[in-house]
Amino acid sequence: MEKIYAHPQSLYNVSSHYCAGCGHGIAHRLVAEAVDELGIREKVIAIAPVGCAVLAYDYWNFDCTEAAHGRALAVATAIKRVRPDNVVFTYQGDGDLAAIGTNETIHTANRGENLTVIFINNAVYGMTGGQMAPTSLIGQKTATTLKGRDPALQGYPLKISELLAQLPGVKYVERVALISPAEINKARQAVLLALRNQIEGVGFSLVEMLSPCPTYWGMSAQAAMGWIKETMIKEFPLGRIK
Amino acid sequence: MSGNDAIAEGAIRAGCRFYAGYPITPQNELTAYMAEHMPESGGVAIQAESELAAINMVFGAAAAGARAMTSSSSPGISLKQEGISYLAGAELPGVIVNMMRGGPGLGNIAPSQSDYFQATRGGGHGDYRCLVLAPASVEEAFGQMFEAFDRADRYRNPVIILGDGMLGQMMEPLSVSPGRIKSYAKPWALTGCKGRAPNIIRSLYLKDGALEDVNLRLQKKYALMRRTEQRWESACLDDARVVVVAYGGMFRIVKGAVRKLREAGKKIGLIRPISLWPFPDRAFEPLLKKRLSYLAVEMSYGQMIEDVRLALCTRQPIEFLGRAGGGIPTEEAIIKKIKTML
Amino acid sequence: MNETRIIIAGYGGQGILLLGKILAQAAMQEGKRVTFLPAYGAEVRGGTANCMVVVSDEEIGSPFVEQADVLVAMNEPSLRRFEGRLKPRGVMIVNSSLAQPPAGRATGAVSVPFTDIALKLGNARSANMVALGCCAASTQVVALKTISRILQDFAGKTNKQLGEINQQALLAGSKACTPGASQR
Repeated sequence: MEKIYAHPQSLYNVSSHYCAGCGHGIAHRLVAEAVDELGIREKVIAIAPVGCAVLAYDYWNFDCTEAAHGRALAVATAIKRVRPDNVVFTYQGDGDLAAIGTNETIHTANRGENLTVIFINNAVYGMTGGQMAPTSLIGQKTATTLKGRDPALQGYPLKISELLAQLPGVKYVERVALISPAEINKARQAVLLALRNQIEGVGFSLVEMLSPCPTYWGMSAQAAMGWIKETMIKEFPLGRIK
Repeated sequence: MSGNDAIAEGAIRAGCRFYAGYPITPQNELTAYMAEHMPESGGVAIQAESELAAINMVFGAAAAGARAMTSSSSPGISLKQEGISYLAGAELPGVIVNMMRGGPGLGNIAPSQSDYFQATRGGGHGDYRCLVLAPASVEEAFGQMFEAFDRADRYRNPVIILGDGMLGQMMEPLSVSPGRIKSYAKPWALTGCKGRAPNIIRSLYLKDGALEDVNLRLQKKYALMRRTEQRWESACLDDARVVVVAYGGMFRIVKGAVRKLREAGKKIGLIRPISLWPFPDRAFEPLLKKRLSYLAVEMSYGQMIEDVRLALCTRQPIEFLGRAGGGIPTEEAIIKKIKTML
Repeated sequence: MNETRIIIAGYGGQGILLLGKILAQAAMQEGKRVTFLPAYGAEVRGGTANCMVVVSDEEIGSPFVEQADVLVAMNEPSLRRFEGRLKPRGVMIVNSSLAQPPAGRATGAVSVPFTDIALKLGNARSANMVALGCCAASTQVVALKTISRILQDFAGKTNKQLGEINQQALLAGSKACTPGASQR
């Protein structure tokens, strides 16, 4: 009989600390599956962010470290430069990558470091209690924008992927959404390409994943998926940006 | 060779293979030297986008098993404190060079010693210590790089070289001797989990009691460092009535003053702490039985003096002479001050 | 203990630091103890520049020169700034092309038009080497031939013609201030 499903070797078979309906579980798994498929589990070094995914090393079965908030790409730069034969990726949320770590993000991309970035955009700070993120939508209610994000006071959703795509050092940027089997399959392909790019020495590759946070969006898991599809995608269109 | 160049050359010869830095006066020569010479040794030198990025690059390189270092001057070192705390928390080796300048704030670029507290008390958040070494000459700065990288690896702990702008800029002859390098196995390093369970480098411990255990382990390490890493130089203590205590560049000026006084028959002794943390309490122990006067001289308004007081168990009279913000206590002023104590 | 504490000052671009470095290097090659401390500032060109050199036969304490045995002043503002730091019996070496030596200094004043001499040799920028020659000859802190050898090594690496002029400048400087030579 043909075996059509197996638990990825790169993912520990444990239950996670994530909320029901959270996208991190899917994203972790996509990364683990890609690592297995490329046969690089023993070469991978991952950098976990500060944020909900800080404990990613409790789930991934390969070498990991955690970086100070926002500094994942500085840490990754050094690891890759010291060990160019390893496959190094960061896994960062919107606050980590596009607020406190914007400087590291832009400069690492601009140096064209041969790294892979998995960027989880859920438009909110999860771990600290649902505050506004740089990617929060206009009108989005958060713990720090009780009446909704007002551009006059809090500015606009930051499209960091589009910004990064302008840089010559950046080779691949794609935005995907963890909302349906079809879209998740596209996300899988994007992760594979972003890792393969590094193995082949292509250069800086980033996959932005629109990811549900039902808890801080104040929605059911299903409604959260729907909100991405109906609302979030309008601000953050899917597809290959570069 | 200048102090800055000597530190960079010493680091490379001590096996440093990763450097990240950000321009700031008066340590720019060090960054430039690394950019020029690190690649010749097969290492990596990166001009980082900020001090934050630089210290976190050191974190990454150290996690990957390389001997790694960054350098800066006072305001830049303030920015690095977050990363130093993470190095200490994750128990990663790393060397941080601070060629101190005047503060607070942007201050100025003149030599200073006003970051003593920051270096020896922790600087960043959390209950941690860095080994702090203070060279007083270009030659010593070169040699201390071997020691710094060795101790960083031995204790898996950040080590700070605390110099000042004067030491960084001044040139002195340097006989470059090949130092001995002991290499340490790093089974904890991130290398890819081939043939072993995954390695995790972290400083986050959320389970009940886990962080306390980590802290207790760190405290044990610091206690060992206190026992084994105290270093100092002393002179003319046998007949001394006044003992002058100074470190780093300040010591050089004090030494000139004391030499003149001794030539004039005055009984003055000298203690130079070489390790600032752990502070060399033991240098003072044999003196505690005697009734002596002490003078601490610093390019600050009194920071090291607190450690001298602790070493003396606050039982002996101690006076202070110091200037900061670019002012340097002169030989003449030191002599005048000592004479008031005789 | 035989120790000479020297301040060299002028404006940025006059080669003040190079002068000091070569002096320090010569002392080092002669087996002496030496420190060289540049004043480092925000200025690069056109500002003031100074450096301090200490040459000794024993271990050197402070590299910072509070009281100088020798002051080399390459222009007027530098002379005014540092003349008070010269010991009473110290040697004052003044570039009389660009500075007026103080009247009434009975001993130890050497006043030579370094810039004019350098101009005659074909390059005003060699004034620092004229001053170096003068400094070596009038203080005996290092031997002229040690400096000459360093300049030779230096020229081999860079510019032959400039090296030639620098050698002439060094010699001219030493001759201009040997006892009996005319002092403007």
